[in-house]
Amino acid sequence: MNSYISLTYGDLLLASIFLVMNAVFSILLSLRLERQLIVSALRMITQLFLVGLVLKIIFTASSPWLTLLVAAVMVTFAGREIWARQDRRLHGVWGIGLGGTSMLLAGTIVTVFALTTQIQPTPWWSPQFALPLFGMILGNTMTGVSLGLDTLHTALYRERAAIEARLLLGSTRWEAVSAAHQRAIRSGFTPIINSMAATGVVSLPGMMTGQILSGVDPQEAVKYQILITLLIGGATGLGVLAATFASVWRLTDSRERLRLDRLAATRT
Amino acid sequence: MSALRIRQLTTKLIGPISFDVAAGECLALMGPSGAGKSLLLRAIVDLDPSSGDVSVGVHARYDMPASEWRKRVGLVPAESGWWADRVCDHFPAKFDAMGLMEGLGLAGALQWDVTRLSTGERQRLALARALCRKPEALLLDEPTASLDERATGLVEELIRDCCGKGMALLLVTHDRRQAERMTKRLLLMSNGKIDQPSGSAA
Repeated sequence: MNSYISLTYGDLLLASIFLVMNAVFSILLSLRLERQLIVSALRMITQLFLVGLVLKIIFTASSPWLTLLVAAVMVTFAGREIWARQDRRLHGVWGIGLGGTSMLLAGTIVTVFALTTQIQPTPWWSPQFALPLFGMILGNTMTGVSLGLDTLHTALYRERAAIEARLLLGSTRWEAVSAAHQRAIRSGFTPIINSMAATGVVSLPGMMTGQILSGVDPQEAVKYQILITLLIGGATGLGVLAATFASVWRLTDSRERLRLDRLAATRT
Repeated sequence: MSALRIRQLTTKLIGPISFDVAAGECLALMGPSGAGKSLLLRAIVDLDPSSGDVSVGVHARYDMPASEWRKRVGLVPAESGWWADRVCDHFPAKFDAMGLMEGLGLAGALQWDVTRLSTGERQRLALARALCRKPEALLLDEPTASLDERATGLVEELIRDCCGKGMALLLVTHDRRQAERMTKRLLLMSNGKIDQPSGSAA
């Protein structure tokens, strides 16, 4: 199968017609959405063109150091995103470091594993394979880790009376926080579980759709999608577990105390 | 029979503080709100980091894991926490419930639902929960603050019983009459320090 249809810039312009229509409706109905709508559409277009340009340069250069550098930039942005999505964060460098490191570990282990044993491009770190794969895994792990940490920190703060009551009656720190910790892990796992259950029935994943549209045999596209989804699920789980265990460890101490003084005040 | 000894206990906000509670003694701790009374109790049970020596009988707190220490030195905070739906889930599977629960006017309460407890019931159940683990010393933070006269009487009776059995009791109260009824000795606290090492409540 090789029915790849190249798009012209005119095609893209034509595709924007309904969006422009929505902007007109927004003005007519005084919804005041037109500005946001146009600005975010323009941002999307500019960002994607730039990414396309950057990727082309990186693919041509095919340097391991440049690939690593791009991966590092991606991790930094994702780490910052985890930090920003939490209502109550760990104090200081832990705030961005703990979530970022968990995500980095889980994402790197799973990506390197997939590149060296299943996809096996030459060289194994080939940016054309490594960067999109790492990006998809990182993006999903980021969502899981930020949800897990946000749930954990909110629960430890709100339920401190119950947790300290257990500590006072002789429980260890892990026993005392177990209910909150389990809830945090579950909430970190929820998006990936939901998306796996709905994939193919409710929605066709974007990556697979893109491949099919660009002429790849649907069965091949499906195999890639399954591989990616399994990797995403695995990495998300590892990231959530690492981040929540590390955070419980940080927010308690060896004298079985709850250390909410290591949690920053809620953002305003 | 163990005395509670506190020497140079210091946290970020209070201290240094030193005093003893003898075995079988009930010592009152009074002072204005914000003086650091509750913080002192938290430091004694090692719930907040602190320096200094605390021991009960021959056992110093750092000679044992914190969970072990808190079984010897109990604290009933002013506001109790509950983590399960049923009252009985907060108690050990096996303990002598009858005398303790009836003494507090709470016969049958083990089968109750935590969400339906009144503030006073919570306060008494939190006391029962700490007592059934048989601590050597017990710290009580305003244990009768939301109790009516009858329930206050029951709690005071129970405290006297505990002292009679040799338990060391530290009682934080805002009620001077209660301090006079219950204790022979009174500590006054303000600005994170003990004003007066000992004295008479009367």
